[in-house]
Amino acid sequence: MTELLELTAGQALERIRAGELSSDEYFDAYAEAVVSDELGAYLWRAEPGSANGAEGGPLSGAPIAVKDLFCTEGIQTTAGSRILEGYRPPYTATAVRRLAKAGARVLGKTNMDEFAMGSSNENSGYGPVRNPWDPGRVPGGSSGGSAAAVAGRLAPWAIGTDTGGSIRQPASLCGVVGMKPTYGAISRYGMVAFASSLDQCGPLTRDVTDAAILLRAMEGRDPCDSTSVGIDGGVELPSRTDLKGLRFGVPRELSADAEGIEAGVTEVFGRMLGLIGDLGGEVDECELPHSRHGISAYYVLAPAEASANLARYDGVRYGLRAGPSGEVEGGLGDGVAPAETALVSMYERTRALGFGPEVKRRIMLGTYALSSGYYEAYYGRAQRVRTKIAEDFATAFERFDYLVTPTSPTVAFKLGARAENPLAMYMSDYCTVPMPLAGLPAISIPAGLTAPDGGGPQLPVGLQIASPAFMESGLLDVAYALEGAIGFDAKPRGDM
Amino acid sequence: MIDRDQVLHVARLARLELTEDELERMAGELSTILEHVERMNELQLEGVEPTSHVVELENVLRTDEPRPSWPREKILEPSPDPDEGAFRVPSPQA
Repeated sequence: MTELLELTAGQALERIRAGELSSDEYFDAYAEAVVSDELGAYLWRAEPGSANGAEGGPLSGAPIAVKDLFCTEGIQTTAGSRILEGYRPPYTATAVRRLAKAGARVLGKTNMDEFAMGSSNENSGYGPVRNPWDPGRVPGGSSGGSAAAVAGRLAPWAIGTDTGGSIRQPASLCGVVGMKPTYGAISRYGMVAFASSLDQCGPLTRDVTDAAILLRAMEGRDPCDSTSVGIDGGVELPSRTDLKGLRFGVPRELSADAEGIEAGVTEVFGRMLGLIGDLGGEVDECELPHSRHGISAYYVLAPAEASANLARYDGVRYGLRAGPSGEVEGGLGDGVAPAETALVSMYERTRALGFGPEVKRRIMLGTYALSSGYYEAYYGRAQRVRTKIAEDFATAFERFDYLVTPTSPTVAFKLGARAENPLAMYMSDYCTVPMPLAGLPAISIPAGLTAPDGGGPQLPVGLQIASPAFMESGLLDVAYALEGAIGFDAKPRGDM
Repeated sequence: MIDRDQVLHVARLARLELTEDELERMAGELSTILEHVERMNELQLEGVEPTSHVVELENVLRTDEPRPSWPREKILEPSPDPDEGAFRVPSPQA
């Protein structure tokens, strides 16, 4: 049983196809493992013995963990928010439907930062997720439950979403593979919207091959999402073992000069550059001068889009509705600044009750940035910075096939370490934010272990590789070659 | 940089009731974040086109064919206060 949980999903699928393992046995091994979920990785779990999908197809009945941001018909979908507690969507997200069509079965819905806003999973309305490498530390976010489940042997693989790093950063902090595909590769239909021009679904897996298998099953144009285009030519399973003839750029701003980068992370990253050379790749420095402003542009654009998207939580059509009055303790509505009508008062109190502090902060930030008199100074400027960041990448890709950086400037930090300082938390996304601003795909793979600055346990470090748009097959190939050469086989502590 | 009155104004625009404590804290936190964001002001951006969407798409069309919409009951089911086939809300006049 324990041995089953150590297999990659791809390995298990081979056994199922060879008739050495039944898909129900495989599903139930995980369904039983997640009964005691001490990491807090799940918000909903399938019962052992409850098959909930087709068994045929390339994914042969394999269990999969799904971030609670994806609508699943009849199964509670909260997006990590109290405002959606108990909400059962009337339909299933296209990405999840495609996985089910390929034969996968939903093992559980994973915990996450509320509405995918956060980098530590501490912003969940249902409690934090713990990092399987050290339960006193965060798993990263916002797909923290998905990353912790895959690393902690509570799921063979999972899907998450990435807006500014929400797949890659937790993958890095938990020592698993996480990929954000090109914007438009996978349909966003049925994904609870955060920032619609940036949000993209992607896999979190034990190895690169598993990521390719999931991406292949999910990508494609969807009439329900007119921004989806799919990946031309599909996705090839990776097979490359060397990097001969490939040029790798190292953007200084996102590596040696990255704000707050830890010494251990720099050291592991340096080893990766050596390894690329050993495999025959050419490595040289490059510049992405505007990426220094990535965090600034992102924390205007994403909250601006969020403030509009989250207007739908009004207590009318679904989710929480606040009662007549008195529920918001110390609220201003009744005294200092009463709302003009009973309807507006209901909106204001519902949103005050249902949203957590970070979501309120982002709504406020976004509303301010879009408000009359400030629009051009913040939103307009951020959109122009976005153009400059995309141009920087285009220039770099004239000289290089791929760009490599550390995924996160730090290893997993302690629970509570950044919770009181929003800006410090935002800086966790420093190396991952520029790619979604430019719509580009990027993957994080485990590169090794190191101690945090100031000492502590050995914790995973991620290597991020980015490519031009829709070059996922090449990106997976390069990641696969590096994965083989790195030979990362460390496991989280087993004494949870 | 952003004061209590501005926070209150924005909260009203965002349909978000805040407590007195939240107002104070929000004013401080938003000011810190905006100060960082304003580092963008050092960039020369005149003549740069804004980007709102990264994939080049134009006029995504589909054939105009009628198809069934969601059944009313299914859409009303998750509503906090469905009534006579509609969403009931507090009075917009009261």
